[in-house]
Amino acid sequence: MNLLVPLVVTIPLLGSALTLAFGRRRPQQIVVSVLALTLVAVISAVLLVQVDQTGPAVVNVGGWDAPWGIVLVVDRLSAIMLLVSALMLLGVLLFAVGQGIVDGDRETPVSIFHPTYLVLAAGLFNAFIAGDLFNLYVGFEMLLSASYVLLTLGGTGARIRVGVTYIVVSLMSSILFLSAIALIYGATGTVTMALISERVADLPPDVKLVLNLLLLLAFCVKAAVFPLSFWLPDSYPTAPAPVTAVFAGLLTKVGIYAIIRTQTLLFPESPLSVPLMVVAFLTMIVGILGALAQADIKRLLSFTLVSHIGYMIFGIAMGTPLAIAATIFYVVHHITVQTTLFLCAGLIERVGGTTSLARLGGLLKAAPFVAFLFFVGALNLGGIPPFSGFLGKIALFQAGAEIGEPVTYILMGAGAATSLLTLYALARAWNVAFWREAGEVEDYESPMLDALLDDPDDEGAVTTRTISPLMTGATTALLVLTLSLTVFAGPVFAFTGRAAANIENPATYIDAVFPNGAP
Amino acid sequence: MSASLTLVIVMAVMYAAGVYVMLERSLTRVLIGFLLVGNATNLLIFIMSGRPGSSPIVTGTAADADMADPVPQVLMLTAIVINFGITALILALIYRSWWLARLGDEGDTVTDEHAAETVGSTEESFRSVTEDEAASQEDLDASERGSEHAHERGSEHAHEQPHTGERGDPATAPGGGMNL
Repeated sequence: MNLLVPLVVTIPLLGSALTLAFGRRRPQQIVVSVLALTLVAVISAVLLVQVDQTGPAVVNVGGWDAPWGIVLVVDRLSAIMLLVSALMLLGVLLFAVGQGIVDGDRETPVSIFHPTYLVLAAGLFNAFIAGDLFNLYVGFEMLLSASYVLLTLGGTGARIRVGVTYIVVSLMSSILFLSAIALIYGATGTVTMALISERVADLPPDVKLVLNLLLLLAFCVKAAVFPLSFWLPDSYPTAPAPVTAVFAGLLTKVGIYAIIRTQTLLFPESPLSVPLMVVAFLTMIVGILGALAQADIKRLLSFTLVSHIGYMIFGIAMGTPLAIAATIFYVVHHITVQTTLFLCAGLIERVGGTTSLARLGGLLKAAPFVAFLFFVGALNLGGIPPFSGFLGKIALFQAGAEIGEPVTYILMGAGAATSLLTLYALARAWNVAFWREAGEVEDYESPMLDALLDDPDDEGAVTTRTISPLMTGATTALLVLTLSLTVFAGPVFAFTGRAAANIENPATYIDAVFPNGAP
Repeated sequence: MSASLTLVIVMAVMYAAGVYVMLERSLTRVLIGFLLVGNATNLLIFIMSGRPGSSPIVTGTAADADMADPVPQVLMLTAIVINFGITALILALIYRSWWLARLGDEGDTVTDEHAAETVGSTEESFRSVTEDEAASQEDLDASERGSEHAHERGSEHAHEQPHTGERGDPATAPGGGMNL
């Protein structure tokens, strides 16, 4: 059964090689990449059930026991992240295929898109199953290299310019991460997380703090935590719609995943809980205030993405089992809803020709179904009951109230305010873009639109106005997935609760990696 | 753990120089900065392996205690390969942005005209990278042959003419955010 674990990385990589070989044959490429991601989704589902019943699945690559060999570990947290990201990648891939069919591939050059996309998937899955820090770094580098290519697809001036910012920032964070790994190796003599977890307890507290801070800094850049989030709203919206969707949904969450791992496994009872809460507060508030000032829907969504990262950091900072369970639930919810909303923005761009609120109007009549998709997604992100956004926030607030310190109450207040402001920003976008008549767009005066910043990189009108059924279908499928998170919130939350129980007790993880005791 | 002081000093100088060069506006210098910082990190990993020793190959000739620690060497090798790949990618980006900055809107027109040709035939409705490269190379050669003329034309074009192409973008104009 454990043999399934390495397959989640090898299948996308093999698929990537195949799609590269099929360079010019589009249908074959599509078949291979859809098949590869479907297989990974099925394997992840099987792993999820298996891990839930029998405990973490551990594979020693090449038969070398940890800590000498590379160890792959799938526990409940990894399993749910694997499953959700595989489903998201599949949905977005279908959307991209649909868009490619309509466009004749002007925006997504077919020979590069599929192989790169699959490498991104492989890197993502590798990061989730990595049992040692260096393998985590390799996973990050795989997905980042792929993301550099995807972000600069087509090589237009705007994309190259934001691409350079994105790449330089990511490289700096990668170098920080690598330096942190080197120092951790120097301090503990290993890169296997389970063994570091054992040995780090013997380190002097100040050394421990420095190592912890270095790792956190590197991951916070990737997760876009304020004040290290400045690069995100500038770089994501410029990419093609499906690419932005997958970046927004998954790339920042790998950072969150890594933070959860390090904070709970390597540095439990870290003294950084209060600083993290301050950072979470600022991430939420500054992010959402940024969203309020945006006239471009994609930029607006990017800012809400940054702001909602704050909720997850809040959960990690609290660190109680309930808080971690709520954080994992929130991560899953946020991956699905943010991806769906960005795909909706892609649809809006096709129907309205632009994503700028200053120029959109009359979409309710032009595309009632897109209006419905965006509306439900917006309510969900804004945290309106009974959607999963509301449930996730309630769970976080409950965890905060359980701790009951002044700082957690302040954070809960900030969280509620952020939730309301998110709703305001999205409702305004919906009102202006969908409800306003198309004829009203010229000379439209409204206090709601005063002082909005238009996108400086706006590429102007998109000429293709057709939507293929596959694009709408993929978006609908993802929306159904977000709604099923609401309907099955009970079982999902029970699962994340068990995952958090695992995490709270690192011994489970360590015993799985070292069945005969740590060396 | 003991480490060579020379290595530590070299590493520190490389970090400092790398960060300093990285803060420059020019992309090529950013790349040089990245190379310096990346290699400084490799040195850091190496320093963390502690005292140097004989090669860590199990032949029975050296006692375990005399061998160098192999793990950091493996990590370094992997890091070097990753840095190499990323450097290649950044070089491609620099080339592309230089191309856009030099040709301005015309740079994109080349691509567009090319796409328009191929879109006509439904079979070949997508273009391959090699064709793109060939087209850009041709255009570059052409512009270099009549270099002065092309230069004048290029800068005039970017500064004075409104952007008419559908993918026209202010960023492609010379000095529009990137200098080399």
